[in-house]
Amino acid sequence: MATGIRDKVAIIGMGCSQFGERWNDGPEELMVESFTECLQDAGIEKTDIQAAWFGSCFDEVGVGKSALPASMSLRLPNISVTRVENYCASGTEAFRGAVYAVASGAYDIALAIGVEKLKDIGYGGLPEFSTAMGTLNQLWMANFTAPGGFAMLATSYAAKYGIDMSELKRAMAHVSVKSHANGALNPKAHLRKPVTEEQVLNAPQIAYPLGLFDCCGVSDGSACAIVTTPEIAKSLGKKDLVTVKALQLSLSNGTEFAFDWDGDHFITTSKASSEAYKEAGIKNPRGEISMMEVHDCFSITELVTMEDLHISERGKAPRDVMDGFFDLRGGGVPCQVDGGLKCFGHPIGASGLRMLYEMYLQLHGRAGQRQLKDPKFGLTHNLGGFPFMNVCSVAIIGKQDA
Amino acid sequence: MAGITSFGGYIPRYRLSRMVIVQNMAWYFPVIMAVAGGEKAVANWDEDSVSMAVAAAYDCMAGHDRKGLDALYFASTTMPFADRLNAGIVAAALNMRENGVSNADFASCMKAGTTAMISALDSVQAGSRKNVLVAASDQRRTKMATMFEMFYGDGAAAVLIGNEDVVADYLGSYSINCDFVDHYRGQTKEFDYGYEERWVRDIGYGKVIPEAISGFLAQSGMKIGDFAKVIYPCYFGGTHKAIAARLGIEKEKAQNNLHAVCGDTGTAHPLVMLVAALEEANPGDKLLVAGFGQGCDVLAFEVTDKIKDMKPRTGIKGSLANRVDLTNYQKFAKFRDLITADLGIRGEANPNTSLTVLWRKRKMLLGLVGVRCKKCGTPQFPVYPTCVNPKCWSVNDFEDYEFSDKEAKILMFTGDMLSPSVDPPAVYGLIAFEGGGRTMFDFTDCDLNQIKVGMKTRMSFRRRQTDNMRGFTGYFWKAVPQVEGGDK
Repeated sequence: MATGIRDKVAIIGMGCSQFGERWNDGPEELMVESFTECLQDAGIEKTDIQAAWFGSCFDEVGVGKSALPASMSLRLPNISVTRVENYCASGTEAFRGAVYAVASGAYDIALAIGVEKLKDIGYGGLPEFSTAMGTLNQLWMANFTAPGGFAMLATSYAAKYGIDMSELKRAMAHVSVKSHANGALNPKAHLRKPVTEEQVLNAPQIAYPLGLFDCCGVSDGSACAIVTTPEIAKSLGKKDLVTVKALQLSLSNGTEFAFDWDGDHFITTSKASSEAYKEAGIKNPRGEISMMEVHDCFSITELVTMEDLHISERGKAPRDVMDGFFDLRGGGVPCQVDGGLKCFGHPIGASGLRMLYEMYLQLHGRAGQRQLKDPKFGLTHNLGGFPFMNVCSVAIIGKQDA
Repeated sequence: MAGITSFGGYIPRYRLSRMVIVQNMAWYFPVIMAVAGGEKAVANWDEDSVSMAVAAAYDCMAGHDRKGLDALYFASTTMPFADRLNAGIVAAALNMRENGVSNADFASCMKAGTTAMISALDSVQAGSRKNVLVAASDQRRTKMATMFEMFYGDGAAAVLIGNEDVVADYLGSYSINCDFVDHYRGQTKEFDYGYEERWVRDIGYGKVIPEAISGFLAQSGMKIGDFAKVIYPCYFGGTHKAIAARLGIEKEKAQNNLHAVCGDTGTAHPLVMLVAALEEANPGDKLLVAGFGQGCDVLAFEVTDKIKDMKPRTGIKGSLANRVDLTNYQKFAKFRDLITADLGIRGEANPNTSLTVLWRKRKMLLGLVGVRCKKCGTPQFPVYPTCVNPKCWSVNDFEDYEFSDKEAKILMFTGDMLSPSVDPPAVYGLIAFEGGGRTMFDFTDCDLNQIKVGMKTRMSFRRRQTDNMRGFTGYFWKAVPQVEGGDK
C-alpha cells in the first residue's frame, strides 16, 4: 500500500541564479551559479552527491541532448545523472527524480538541477516548436503558439460563466499587476518594475484577448535543490527542516482535445492538486496553504488555476483576484510571492525548482521584503503544454512538523 | 444517356475592385484604366488550384456518393506539382476509392477543362465508366500593373458526368486544335507572356470560337437559335459581344463572361460559366459551351426535368454572394507572393514533409477521415489506437468516419500575432463537430472581430505549407466560421 512521499525527504540546500536576459552567460554558467549557492547552502561537498536529475525543455536550442551538459558543467564526480524533459514540468520532474531516489533508499543525497537558456534564439517568445512536435503533428496541427494556446482559454472561460470579456480582462490585469508588485521586491527577478491595471489593459495584443503584460517573461536561468532523508539532514546538523509533503503529476490523455470538455478548466491540475492535498494531509487548501507559486505563463492560466487548485470556487476566481485574495498582503493565500513566471521569469527547465526555491526561502524566513508571517505549507504548480493537452505537476513542501 | 448529373462551383471570398489596382498601379501602366470596372475574385493566401478544385468538387458531390466515383479529372494550368498526380490530391481530399479508379490531370491549356469533360463524356458513353468527376480550377499569378492582373480572377467549378439522373443530356461536341499562341507560360516561368491584344482579339477569340461553334452546328445540324445560352469565355468585352453578333446570338442568350464580378478563371472559366448558366436553366433549355485555348472545344447539352430534384448547393451564384472586399492592394500582392515581407526568424522553420507519414496517414491528412468507435460510437480525430472515451478505451475497434462535410461549433479560439502568418493574426481554435468529435484547427476566411464561442464552422481544404526549398505543397483542413447573415 503506497503511503506517499510526505516527510520522507528533506531539502537541505537550494540555489537559484539571477533570472533574466543573460546575454553573456550560457547554460553552463547559469548552472554553476545556482549550484554554487545550493552547495554552500547545504554545507556539503560536491562528492557527497550520489546522483543527479537534470531538467531542461528546449534542448534543441539550449543545452543539447542527454544529461552530459549538467555533468560536464558541474564536473560531477562520474555519478549517475539523468536528463528529464516534460514540457514546463521539467524542473519539477528533476526534483521528483531526486526525491524519489532518496525516498527509495537507493541514494542518501541527490541533486535536482534545472536550466534553460532561451535568449540565444534571436527572437522573442519561446522557441518555435513546429519541428519538435513530431513528424505527424507537424503535418496537421494548427499553427499555434504558447500565448495563442492559452489565450483560447479566456474565450471559453468567459463563455462558460457568461462573463464579459472586459471584466475578465480586468481580473487578468490584476493578476499581472500583483505579480509585478511582488517581482519588484525580488533582486533575482527578471522584471522588477511595478505596473498598473491600465498599463496592462492598454498593452499591445499578442493573442486575443492576451496583451503583452498577460504573458510571462522569457528568461535564462537555473535553479537547483539538494535532498536527503530527514535523518541524514539532522545528522548533518540541519534544523527547522523543510520536507516534501506531496509530489503529484497528471497528464492529459486526449479527453479535452478530442472528447469532452468545456474549455473552462485544467482537468490535470484539478486531479493533481486533489491527489497532492491527500498526500500532504491537507483538508482545506484555502485555509491551510500558506503561499503558492503557480504556473502563470499567462494571466488567464493563473486565474483559472486558482479554481483547479480548489482555492477558488468554480467561476469565482475573478472575484477572488479582484478582492486581492492572492496579493502579497491581501490576507488570503499569497500567490506568485517571488514575482512568478510573470516577473521572476520562465527558463522552462528551471521554473519548477525556482518556485520551490521561493517556498524554501519563505519557510526558512529568508525571503527578505517578501517574507510572509510564519508560513507552513507552500504549493508549487507547473503546467506544460496547452490547456487542451498538458502536463501538470503539483508539489507541496512545508515545515517538518506542519 | 450520358450527360451532366451534378455540378458545383467555388469562387473565393475575397474580391479586389479593379479600381484598387488602378489606384495603386496606374502610375506605372496607365492602360489598365481602360478596364477599371468591376472586381476580380482573389484566392486567399492559403488557397491554390488544388484547394479550390476540392471546394468545387465537394459542392458538386452534394447528394452524391463520393465512393461511387470511377474517375476524377483535374484540369488546371497552375497545378502545384509537375510530377505527382494533382488529381490524386483532390481525390484523396474527397476520400475517393483508390482501387478501380482512374484519375488524371488535364493541363497546359485554357481549354483543358472542356477537353476533360469530353474525355469523361466519351468514357461514360462508351460504358467504360459510370461516374466521372471533372474539376477545373486556376489560380494564376500575374505581374503587377498588367492587363492580365486586371482580367484574371481565381475560381473553380466541377461537373459530374454520368448516365443516371442526368440533369443535362450531352448532345455532342466538336473541337478545333491549332497552335495559336496568344499567351504562354514557359516551364520555369512564374508569369504569362502575352502577345498583342489586337491580334489575340481578332485572330484568336474573335475567329477561332465562331469557327468552332459553326463547325459544331454544321456537324450536328442544330441552329444557334436552338440554344437558350451560348457560353464562351472571352475577357475582352467588345470581342465577347462581337462574337455573339457574328454568330447571330441574341444579346441575353450570350452567357455573361463574369468579368464584372469575378474575372476570368482560366482553365476553370468555361466550367464556371457553364455552372452559372445551369443554375439559372430550365428543363428543355439547350446550352452550348466553348473552351478556348490552342483551338476550341464546343459541347452541347439539353437540360432535363431532373435539374429540379438537385440538392441545394453553393455553386457559382452562392459563392459570388459570399464576398468580402480586399481593399488593401499590398495584401493582395503579398497573398500572391509578389512582394517580400518578413515572416521573422520564427517563420523560418521548414521541416520536410515525411512522405512515409503522409502515405500512412493520407486519409487523415488529406481526407479528414477520423474514426468512430464500434463499441461506444464516439467519432474521433486524430486517431489513436485506443478509443478516447474514458468509459470505453477499447483498442483498435473502429470504422472510418468522415469529418470533412460535418458542421462544428467553436469552443475556444484566438487570433495570434506571434504565430508566423501571411495574414496575421493567425486565427485558430478548438471546434466540436455535430454528432461528436472535436479537435483544434486553423481558421480561415474569417475576421477575428466577428468570431464568437458557439459560432458554427464548416471545413475547408487548404494549402497548409509551401516548402519553397523543396517545392512541396502540403494541405490540410481548416475551419471556416459561418457568420450569420454573411460577412459584414
